[in-house]
Amino acid sequence: MADTDASAEWHRVASVGEVEEDEPKPVRIGETLIALYNIQGKFYATADVCPHEFALLSDGYVEGDTVECPLHQARFHIPTGKVLDPPAEDNVATFSVKVEGDDILVGIPKS
Amino acid sequence: MAPDDKFVIIGAGQAGGRAAETMRTQGFSGKVTIVGEEAYPPYERPALSKRVLTGEDEPDSTYVHKPTYYDEHQIELKLGVSAMTINRSAKSVSLSDGTSLDYTKLMIATGSQLRRLSLPGSDLAGIHYLRGIDDSLMIRAKLSAGAKIVVVGGGYIGLEVAAAARKCNCQVTVIEMMNQLLNRAAAPEIGAIFEAIHRSHGTEILTNTPVTGFEGDGHVQRVLCGDFKPIDADLVIVGIGIVPNVELASAVNLATDNGIVVDEQGRTEDPDIYAAGDVTNHPNVILGRRIRLESWQNAQNQAITAAKAMCGVEETYAQVPWFWSDQYDINLQIVGMPKTWCEVVLRGDIDALTFTAFYIQDGCVVAANAINNSRDIPIARQMIQRKIKIDTVALADPETSLRKLLKSFDA
Repeated sequence: MADTDASAEWHRVASVGEVEEDEPKPVRIGETLIALYNIQGKFYATADVCPHEFALLSDGYVEGDTVECPLHQARFHIPTGKVLDPPAEDNVATFSVKVEGDDILVGIPKS
Repeated sequence: MAPDDKFVIIGAGQAGGRAAETMRTQGFSGKVTIVGEEAYPPYERPALSKRVLTGEDEPDSTYVHKPTYYDEHQIELKLGVSAMTINRSAKSVSLSDGTSLDYTKLMIATGSQLRRLSLPGSDLAGIHYLRGIDDSLMIRAKLSAGAKIVVVGGGYIGLEVAAAARKCNCQVTVIEMMNQLLNRAAAPEIGAIFEAIHRSHGTEILTNTPVTGFEGDGHVQRVLCGDFKPIDADLVIVGIGIVPNVELASAVNLATDNGIVVDEQGRTEDPDIYAAGDVTNHPNVILGRRIRLESWQNAQNQAITAAKAMCGVEETYAQVPWFWSDQYDINLQIVGMPKTWCEVVLRGDIDALTFTAFYIQDGCVVAANAINNSRDIPIARQMIQRKIKIDTVALADPETSLRKLLKSFDA
């Protein structure tokens, strides 16, 4: 995942104050559903839909830097999207995040 | 672990599939063989009474792994074959096809079988049970619009079948012998809410009603209910529970007690024989007692722990039991398995069917039922696991953040 502005289209999705620690926020960019996380003041974004079955990770349970899917309790590492516990087998997609002033921006790879 | 070690798994269900996978992810390089009676690779059962039954999903959506996975990971699937006997001294399993398999370590993941009715007429055609893919497909083929479906048993399976049959525009009657639905699993208030949900979807619910027999000319036409009026039926589906398949184990004197008795790693009293899934009676350190579970969670996670132990990695299996059910547009999630509770605290909007019921015993949360409210479940699980004394007024107040309530105990 590149952090450079050139490879991504940046979209403002929320203000800093809107994303509480341990309370992921669902946002969307076009058709893409995204979960936004605040881990000790640093922001991260993953795809919001669990790669196993349809459930929103933004409804999930955040503990440390992991999120647990509310449907089948698959667990993912938020910064990397890596799957930690079954039944999910695939990692969840992650997106670049940057903060400009009060704005949180998420980078979607240019297609 | 030597490359010529042989791990044999009896039972190609969810537990068997997850166990084999775990052996490979743990780096076990010996032979892995799964023996299964059915023709299908390991699959998960929950959808069989839900989306597979309505035709929204196909059976292959339930597979634990794609069929090609097993070859790719050198896991031998012997399907359509039953294990007949275990020989503990020779360390081999004889199979129904006349062959036998030697093992260095064995896992018994034989699951459960249906409890069946033994009543006048209970062998008539048109009386079905739901356990496997074939059962689900057979029932699904008969859920035609207008068909009179009688469901015997108001537990999860019965209610899920009823919801699926209503979705297919059948006429549905559920007969429950006890005075409430979900009698074994939920508080009376929750049973009453599910009764109202089913009624609102046009399902007839008869509680306190015994089934005493069936009548019909070769094929069932009526369900007899003792002194009550008989009920017309084109199809009967019976969901009255399951019993663990312990016969292989008890035949070779492995201890059984409502399940094969195992330790925290799924080990039986024979150090080379393990068991996992529905078939085990296992200790749960969180609950402080031995339990047997009929659940997706246990089939997956106990199998993983037991397979790791077979590979020499010792972990303790203990989780707060977790279950779910889908009926109509209702998702019910349950954590905990209390024997008793003294109070049920409701939180959320009951009329809108978005709420959580917390079961309280001695000031602690011992279980929770979330109705269309799954996000409360992980927090309830933490409360149960940590045996937190909870302020029930704050718990019931939707203005209180559950997470903050939980965190207030972290200090």
